Amino acid sequence: MDRSYNAVTGRKSQIIRDAIGVDYSKYEKEGIAFDYEAMMNDTGYTLEDHIRIQREYNVGNTPVFELHNLTALARKCAKPGKGARIFVKDEASNPAGSFKERRAAASVYHAKKMGYKGVVAATSGNYGAAVASQAAMQGLKCIIVQECYDSKGMGQPEIVEKARKCEALGAEVLQLTVGPELFYETLLMLEDTGYFNASLYSAFGVSGVETLGWELGHQFLERYGRHPDVVVCANAGGGNLTGTARGLKKAGCPAQVVAASVDLTGLSMASDQQFNRKSFTTAHTGFGVPYATDPDHSDVPRSAARPLRYMDRYVTVRQGEVFYITEALATLEGMEKGPAGNTSLAAAFALAQELDQDQIIVAQETEYTGAGKHIQPQLAFARKNGIELKFGDPAQEIPGQNIIFPEKPSLIKARDMDLDRLRRSLIKHQVKNCTAPLTDGEVAYLMEETRGSEAFVRKTLEELGL
Amino acid sequence: MAKKNDYVRIHRAILAAEERTGKLPEDTKSVPLEMWVKGWLQDDSADLGDTVTVKTVVGRLETGVLMEENPCYALNYGEYVPEILEIDRQLRSVLFEGEEA
Repeated sequence: MDRSYNAVTGRKSQIIRDAIGVDYSKYEKEGIAFDYEAMMNDTGYTLEDHIRIQREYNVGNTPVFELHNLTALARKCAKPGKGARIFVKDEASNPAGSFKERRAAASVYHAKKMGYKGVVAATSGNYGAAVASQAAMQGLKCIIVQECYDSKGMGQPEIVEKARKCEALGAEVLQLTVGPELFYETLLMLEDTGYFNASLYSAFGVSGVETLGWELGHQFLERYGRHPDVVVCANAGGGNLTGTARGLKKAGCPAQVVAASVDLTGLSMASDQQFNRKSFTTAHTGFGVPYATDPDHSDVPRSAARPLRYMDRYVTVRQGEVFYITEALATLEGMEKGPAGNTSLAAAFALAQELDQDQIIVAQETEYTGAGKHIQPQLAFARKNGIELKFGDPAQEIPGQNIIFPEKPSLIKARDMDLDRLRRSLIKHQVKNCTAPLTDGEVAYLMEETRGSEAFVRKTLEELGL
Repeated sequence: MAKKNDYVRIHRAILAAEERTGKLPEDTKSVPLEMWVKGWLQDDSADLGDTVTVKTVVGRLETGVLMEENPCYALNYGEYVPEILEIDRQLRSVLFEGEEA
């Protein structure tokens, strides 16, 4: 078999079909449209099944904590009467330390049921540890392919730690240098081993996160007799927000769903030299924006993570603000957690100040921490790489040049992205190969994809010459 | 010198610079795509720098240049970052001692 890049990527559809066991062509509809709900409902696993599988393999049912001191701090920063109660869902208490295990459980379960001997996942983040943990528990082999080093062989401390954890949980870890051709190596692994593709973007994975939203809906009703008003989800590939929002809906929870990403504007995610100039390797705009506006450029033909269908707002926070909140969580709440997992908490701290004091805002995750993956080594690494660390106004932060901690907590802000701009960008991506005017069915599909009105979709199409 | 069945780390270029795909930034395009992996040495013996075969933890065979014997994790908490203690001081002072928020 020809193992060259062109030959392997040429066999991509067949490799992916063999490695997931899903024929995506059956969800395709007219033109650009496909039946998203049919794909999501066709996994063979209902929400109740996911809950049962996750209970069996020790995932989920994580506690919700009220952050009294952070709430008090937010109220000191807010106008009188403002400052909602801030809560966090402690997803770090999952076996491998993050919400990602909800995504891994059903994929690994399904792989085993279908007779695969192992699973492969392409991930530098917590998902690797989650898949490794579930594979260990369910008795499958596991290969994790991660982007870890720059061309000088310098590894991102957070990713090096993730490799250690994956290996500790019994996985083989392939550590690569920077570049999207990681997917070529992943395809080779899938083809060589015949293992299951535990894609982050399959319906098995994303529907597994629905339990998180469902739990939130029920936990607040049981404990406080009411639903939360706002749920903030860190956004990278979009599966966290998509799954959580779907779960909230299924629990009848009307909370506003806000996406939050660390602002890394200006840094190229595929650049070797810029790879180690960022201090966040996930939950940032470098993934959040491209995956929201072009969800189908993942490792499956149709991504189950489609966050623009679900988000009510999309805000950004700065690296210095998330590190600051991470330290606040330690020194004011006694909880030491990983920085990237506090992206939604940094946004929640700012957004709480827009809400009344009797309202409730939830940051829906935390993640584990440890050597490498912690505020101290990540900041020390940044400084060693020439990034300036200073106090000031985080609004002035320039990704890749400096990290600015707020000189006072009231400078922490959640900055709104223009959702209509993102929606127009999604439409532009979806119609890039269209030459003829779209059918009514295709327009209806774009309305679902963007949560936009018919007038909005048609006006955008007109601007694009369609 | 590593002996058969020693646990080692190897390195291999997956794509040479000229084999890399078109849509990359120039800095990435000008360097090879490299890979490191660990496993048990299959050769009878080898020195650092030799091309060897290993069996990985899932049982795959991989070939590459021997980089490290008995590979360990060199992770730590990094050098002291004084700003972190300043954040702590500030937060406690704002919350408990009336410093301006």
